[in-house]
Amino acid sequence: MLKNTVSKTRKLKNGVATTAVSLAFLIAVLPLVSVIYTTISRGFARLDIEFFTYSMRGIVGEGGGILHAIVGTLLITLAAVIISVPVGILTAVYLVEYSKPKAASAITFLVDVMSGIPSIVAGLFAYAVFALILGPGTKLGIAGALALALLMIPTVVRSSEEMLRLVPRDLREAALALGAPKWATVLKMVIPTALGGIVTGVLLGIARIIGETAPLLIAAGFTASMNYNLFVDRMQSLPVYVYTQISNQGNPGWAFEDRAWSAALVLILIVLALNLVGRLIARFFGTKSTR
Amino acid sequence: MINTGNRRGDRIFSGLTLAAAAVLVLVLGSVAVFLITQSIPAFTANETTASLLDSTFWAYALPLLFGTVWVSVLALIMAVPVSIGIALFITHFAPRRLAGILGSLIDLLAAVPSVVFGLWGVAVLAPALQPVFAWLVENVGWFPLFEGPVSATGRTILTAAVVLAVMILPIITSLTREVFKHTPKLSEEGALALGATKWEMITMTVLPFGRSGILSASMLGLGRALGETMAVTMVLSATGGISWQLLTSQNPSTIAANIALTFPEAYQTNINVLIATGLMLFAVTFLVSAVARLIVRRLTVA
Repeated sequence: MLKNTVSKTRKLKNGVATTAVSLAFLIAVLPLVSVIYTTISRGFARLDIEFFTYSMRGIVGEGGGILHAIVGTLLITLAAVIISVPVGILTAVYLVEYSKPKAASAITFLVDVMSGIPSIVAGLFAYAVFALILGPGTKLGIAGALALALLMIPTVVRSSEEMLRLVPRDLREAALALGAPKWATVLKMVIPTALGGIVTGVLLGIARIIGETAPLLIAAGFTASMNYNLFVDRMQSLPVYVYTQISNQGNPGWAFEDRAWSAALVLILIVLALNLVGRLIARFFGTKSTR
Repeated sequence: MINTGNRRGDRIFSGLTLAAAAVLVLVLGSVAVFLITQSIPAFTANETTASLLDSTFWAYALPLLFGTVWVSVLALIMAVPVSIGIALFITHFAPRRLAGILGSLIDLLAAVPSVVFGLWGVAVLAPALQPVFAWLVENVGWFPLFEGPVSATGRTILTAAVVLAVMILPIITSLTREVFKHTPKLSEEGALALGATKWEMITMTVLPFGRSGILSASMLGLGRALGETMAVTMVLSATGGISWQLLTSQNPSTIAANIALTFPEAYQTNINVLIATGLMLFAVTFLVSAVARLIVRRLTVA
C-alpha cells in the first residue's frame, strides 16, 4: 500500500499557510463590514424629509439638510462629465482609428501621467487657473468641475480605447468595402458597437469622481447656501459637506455628526448605484466580441 | 472611379479627434506650467514673505515630505502581505463558484469614497485602536517605534496608515489576482504531481511567477497612498515635524493633508508655498508610477 509520505512539518506548514491566507481575507472584510455597518446604522438618524429639502443656510445647531450639497454635486459632476466625455471619447477614437504608433504611445504615456495626478494637485491647478483670470481667492463650482474633469479624462480614454479595440476588424472592413467613408464607419458602426462598454466606463468614471473631496474643497470651497450657478460664488458638494460637518463641529456636536453620517450614507448609495448600473449595462449591452 | 465626395467629412472628423488629443496634451502641459510658475516664488520665500514658514521653504516642506512617505510606506507594509493573501485565497483556495463574489466584495472597498473612510477612521477605528496602542506602549515601549507617551485619542500616524492600507487593498489585490490567475497551469500541476503540498506549489510556482506583478501592484498602491488626502486629513491629528514614533500625539503631517487643512485660509505667498509642496507631491507620485510602469514593461517584454 502507498504510505502517506508527506512529513509532519510539511503538513503543518501547509495548514498554517492555508489559515493565514484565509485570515488575510477576513482581515480585509472586517473594515468593509465595519464601514458599511456604521454608515448604515448611524446614517439612518437624519434620513428625514427636512434633510433632503433644506440647505444649511441659517442653521447653527440641529436641523438643516443637504439639498444645497446635492444640487452642487449634481451640477459640478454634470459639468465635469460634459467636459471630459467628449475629450475622452474622441481621444480614444484618435488613438484607435487615426494615430500613428509613435503619437499613440506618446498620448498613452500622457494619459498614464494624468491618471497619476493626485486629486488635491488637480484641485490646486483648477484653483490656480481661475485665480489667475478672476483674481486670488476665487472659488467656483466650475473650477471644481475642471478639477474633476482632469481626474475623469484618463478613465474615459482608457475604457473607451479598450472597448473600441474590441470591435472586430471585419466590421470596419465590411463598412469600408461597402463604400462608407471612414467617419461614417466610425460614427455609425464602430462607436454604436462599443457603446455599452463606453457608457459603463463613463459611469465608473463618474462613480470615481463623485466621491472626490479634496479637489472640491480647494477649488469650489464650501458654503451653507443654495447655489445654482456654476460660474458665481462657492458651491457645496456632498463629500465636502461630510468633511465640513466633522471638521467645523458646532454645538450640539451630535447634530453635526448625525448630518455627516447621513450625508455619507447618501453618498455611498449614489456611488453604489452608479457602479451597479454601470456593471448591468456592461453585462447586457457590452461589446460582444466573442460571439 | 472611386467616389471621393465624402472626403470633407473625413477631414473634419479626423481633425476633431486630433483636436481632442491635442486638448489633452495641452491641459497636461498647462498643469505642469501652472504648477511650476506658481511654485517659483515659494522657493525664495522666507518667514517675512510667507507667514507659513519658520525659515526657508525646504525647512517647511521636507518634514511634510517625510510624513507623506512614512505614512504611505507604513500603509504599504500592512497592505501588501494581506493583499497577496487575499489574492491567493481567491485564486487558489476559495471554492471556484465563490471566487467571483469574493473578488467583487473586495472591489466594493474601492467604491467607498475617501471622506467616508476618514469619517470611519475618526469615529470608529481611532477609539478602537487606542487601548491597543496603550497596551503596546506599556509592554513593548522599549521598541523605538512604540515609545510613549501614548496618544489619548488614538489619532496617530499608525491609525492613518491603517486607514490608507484598507484603501489601497483593493487595487493591489485586483492586480496581483490577475497575475496569479495567469500562472502557467502546467507548472502548477507539475509541482503537485511531484508531491508538493498546495503551499509548496504556491511558493514554487505562483509566487516566483507573480513577483514582478506584485512589485508593480505595490508601486501603484504606494502612488495611491501618497496622494490620498481626506482620510489622512480627518484621521491624523498632526503636529508637524519629523518623528518616527507611531503611537504618540506628536505626528508628522503629510503634503496632501497639509494642503487640505491650510489652503482654505491661505493668502498670497502662502498659496505659492502650498502649490510648491503640491508640485513636490506630483513629482514623487510620478516617479513611483514611472517605476511601476517600467516593471510592467519588463514583465510584458520578457
